[in-house]
Amino acid sequence: MKRVIFWGTRGSLPVAMTTREIRSKVVNALLAANGRKFSSQGAIEQFVSELPFSVAGTFGGNSSCVEIACHGPEHIVCDMGSGARQLGQAKLAQFGTPNPQTYHIFISHLHWDHLMGFPFFAPMYIPGNRIIVHGCHANLEEAFRLQMRAPCFPVDYSQAGARIEFDLMVPGQTRYIAGLNVTPRLQLHAGDSYGYRFESIDRTVVYSTDSEHKLDNAEEYQGFVKFFDKADLVIFDAMYSLAEAVTVRADWGHSSNVVGVELCQAAKAKRLALFHHEPSHDDTQLARLYAETRRLEQITRGDAPPLEIISAYDGLILEL
Amino acid sequence: MNLPTREQSGIIVASVSGRIDHTISEAFEKSLQPLLAQCSAGNPGLLLDFSAVEYISSAGLRVLMAASRLAKAQKGIFAIAALQPLVQEVFAISRFNLIVPCYASVESACKVIGK
Repeated sequence: MKRVIFWGTRGSLPVAMTTREIRSKVVNALLAANGRKFSSQGAIEQFVSELPFSVAGTFGGNSSCVEIACHGPEHIVCDMGSGARQLGQAKLAQFGTPNPQTYHIFISHLHWDHLMGFPFFAPMYIPGNRIIVHGCHANLEEAFRLQMRAPCFPVDYSQAGARIEFDLMVPGQTRYIAGLNVTPRLQLHAGDSYGYRFESIDRTVVYSTDSEHKLDNAEEYQGFVKFFDKADLVIFDAMYSLAEAVTVRADWGHSSNVVGVELCQAAKAKRLALFHHEPSHDDTQLARLYAETRRLEQITRGDAPPLEIISAYDGLILEL
Repeated sequence: MNLPTREQSGIIVASVSGRIDHTISEAFEKSLQPLLAQCSAGNPGLLLDFSAVEYISSAGLRVLMAASRLAKAQKGIFAIAALQPLVQEVFAISRFNLIVPCYASVESACKVIGK
């Protein structure tokens, strides 16, 4: 595995920035400039690159879609949220047509925010392409077909040009797929969800979203510590604060930054990517959560090596 | 887990100490149970003195949430006081400071919830 590319990082529902939020960024950038004059485009670019991420950038609003780029010719993707549209466009731009490609798509679960990008994933309409959808839900294929059935969508699933196959995986059973050992794990979520542990000869990435962690279940805790064991990167559902996750949003099937840090520390993982961001959080709130999570890691680290905290955003490329 | 108690200003003050992590949270919960059983309408409030707590994990925080919820259901008074700065940060980051009443010191808690 070479790198991970985040095409969609938002939880539950795609969101877009409002005029008010963009205006606020412009105002904050001009306040930071404080009347400075810039002699060239380069000077402006330099100034912008020094602004806080929440002012000069955005976490984005597409729902879950993560690519794991490997050394082989086949493509590995986790979930088909709305970020899959840009992923598909990027693949067409890179490889063109006709130039048949094989895509392995691992589905965490069948809720709409994790499937809705598939009808907009352009490679599915290109004859010659092969798409293998891997998952653990018995009704995986039915869910893919259902969202493209009238009156929900104008193009029926039968119009797909690519060869689409469905591969039912078994939780806990490791399979060798596209050069990787892939192990699914059952997670607590309405209708069940599955995390995936991807292992190459020298790297391990865990994709674990839409997963609630009950804090009084020691067996479950140890199970996830093992699932995350020494991972180079854990992509983790950190949608809520811990307080929300155990009170007003208990049983909603999501987790928190606090639990993510604890599990990754116990598992001796190297990097934790906060993922599946709450749709009502703006960039300022997400930046604050990110800063708080880094601080939490710092004050709870003890003598252990640092756990690098990342807050995933649409377009983020992480070299492994 | 030993939770030494004393009475101060008409409330029961229980001293908690050490690291409250996943390995100790169950024992912490069991030790709190008899104290919580008395934490109801008409009885003295229960204040946890956290001045000797070095660390608390999510499992420990869950115990506090359950304790707070039970005390509320019994119409009792339940609060925490004297969090060390790092523990206070954990409360703030987890937003547990919004769930369980926290006071800067036992004395200041007693002024508010004591008799």
